[in-house]
Amino acid sequence: MSSHPATASTRVNADGREISMMTGASAESERELPAVPPEPVMEALKLNVYYGDFHAVHDVNLSFGKHEITALIGPSGCGKSTVLRCLNRMNDLVSGARVEGEVTYHGQNIYGRNVDPIAVRTQIGMVFQKPNPFPKSIYDNIAYGPRVTGMKVDNMDDLVEEALQGAALWDEVKDKLKQSAYGLSGGQQQRLCIARTIATKPDVILMDEPCSALDPIATSRIEDLMLQMRDDYTIIIVTHNMQQAARVSDRTAFFTARPDETTGNRTGLLVEFDQTSHIFANPTDKRTEDYISGRFG
Amino acid sequence: MSVATTTAREVTRAISSGRSKDKNVGSLVFLGALWFSLFFGVMVLLVLIVDTAVKGAPRFDSELLTNYGSIVRPESTGFRAGILGSLWLMLFTALFAVPLGIAAALYLEEFADKERWWNRLIEVNLQNLAAVPAIVYGLLAVAVMALMGFNTTGIVLGGAIALALLILPVIIITTREAVRAVPQDIRQGSLALGATVWQTTWRQTLPSAIPGIATGTILGLSRAIGEAAPLVVVGLAGSVLFDPTGVMSEITALPMQIYSLTSNSQEDLRTAASAAIIVLLIMILGLNALAIFIRNKFQKTW
Repeated sequence: MSSHPATASTRVNADGREISMMTGASAESERELPAVPPEPVMEALKLNVYYGDFHAVHDVNLSFGKHEITALIGPSGCGKSTVLRCLNRMNDLVSGARVEGEVTYHGQNIYGRNVDPIAVRTQIGMVFQKPNPFPKSIYDNIAYGPRVTGMKVDNMDDLVEEALQGAALWDEVKDKLKQSAYGLSGGQQQRLCIARTIATKPDVILMDEPCSALDPIATSRIEDLMLQMRDDYTIIIVTHNMQQAARVSDRTAFFTARPDETTGNRTGLLVEFDQTSHIFANPTDKRTEDYISGRFG
Repeated sequence: MSVATTTAREVTRAISSGRSKDKNVGSLVFLGALWFSLFFGVMVLLVLIVDTAVKGAPRFDSELLTNYGSIVRPESTGFRAGILGSLWLMLFTALFAVPLGIAAALYLEEFADKERWWNRLIEVNLQNLAAVPAIVYGLLAVAVMALMGFNTTGIVLGGAIALALLILPVIIITTREAVRAVPQDIRQGSLALGATVWQTTWRQTLPSAIPGIATGTILGLSRAIGEAAPLVVVGLAGSVLFDPTGVMSEITALPMQIYSLTSNSQEDLRTAASAAIIVLLIMILGLNALAIFIRNKFQKTW
């Protein structure tokens, strides 16, 4: 896409109707960013991940600032998704996965002995690559999270509306809340998944290539949504799309894969982590520059 | 002439040789053999059914369903006890086998660590159990009944245990397939919202798998309803003259009654047995039709 989504005030949506876009992004370019995240919500400290004998990620140190969007970019197999999945312990579900080092959430190590991964996941939500609504009604998709986590909810209808508003989906679905979520388009399904995540009132939202299965219009709606959500949540996004990282993120971490000399297994490592404007304008590392300028990957 | 044109001509010549390699003698003979095999299988079945139906035709009346068995009046003997007995057996077989089978399948698919040797042992055993002869399950049921201290043989409980054991592997295997067909995305989405594995299984995986489980269960039951061998071992009578009243009542089953009458010397009883075979076939076909209906109606496409 050639145009910056934040500069367009109106855009034609998939139905051919003109829709007004949120323009909260216009301030983005002038947004003052300290050199390092001032009050990091989450930090990874010497994070190493193994799948059995395979060393997937080597010594990653990152910190994610409050109400910032951090993008993790890099070529396939560089371990960026693995790092993301460590941040809410979704990697626990992969058999043979082992994590060394620390991931802290407000200073507490989420891999600590007394930490319940279920509780971690209620605070740190996740949106997946492929939209994965449950085979239930739109309403029940949103209400599922609060119900299973035993959240105290005064009025579920209000919560559902609030979550759908938060994901900019309410106007499109308010008349068909009892219909199956499978009737929605791909982009709507993905926003439903975001709404579903918001409904459990998390602090951090992880997004694993949330737009890679969507068309450009749906993609730009999700990007606008992310910029809008930044005021309330800390967002960490893995993306293959460098323009997307440049458009939405405040900070960018560039990963690459280093082949092992003896086994040929590729271990992911963090090359550079900086403000997005620096990464894309004048990267310090040669590998970052090569990747950004398209000479590699 | 350009190279490209020459190449194009050669290609045209190669594909328009005028003969299809799919229609040479070898493939036609093979196709014929396939048709014959199909024809043979279907014909044998058809001849058997028609023959049985013709033999049983004089007894297609309501007394066949409502009368008890009678040697004194063979022309109006009925299979009331057998039909009711079979229905009771199905009910209790399902009650025993379905919860156990679903629970076992869910454990193996959702909770078991497949690296552990005991889980691998269970896997291998399960495959083998499906191939165990029915009569062995009858013996097993006798042993179970004896262990539980029941002295009376030929009761609903014993027969249901034997049939439940028989169809348990079928239910486990089909349930596992249904559970495996639920996309991993759904589970991940649920877990990422802070649901426990138990909640995810109970609220997402199991409801999505129910059509598949129902289909497997019904197919299992339709196999069980036609079994006689394990019921012989647990001591079901060939004929009883009262309706079943509970799990401890002595019963007979339709296959048992058929089995005891087909070898009878009285012509009328053999005719009645032929008619009863058709009744049994209709029951089995009805169950299978129900299974197909459920599969087509509720099958999910992801």
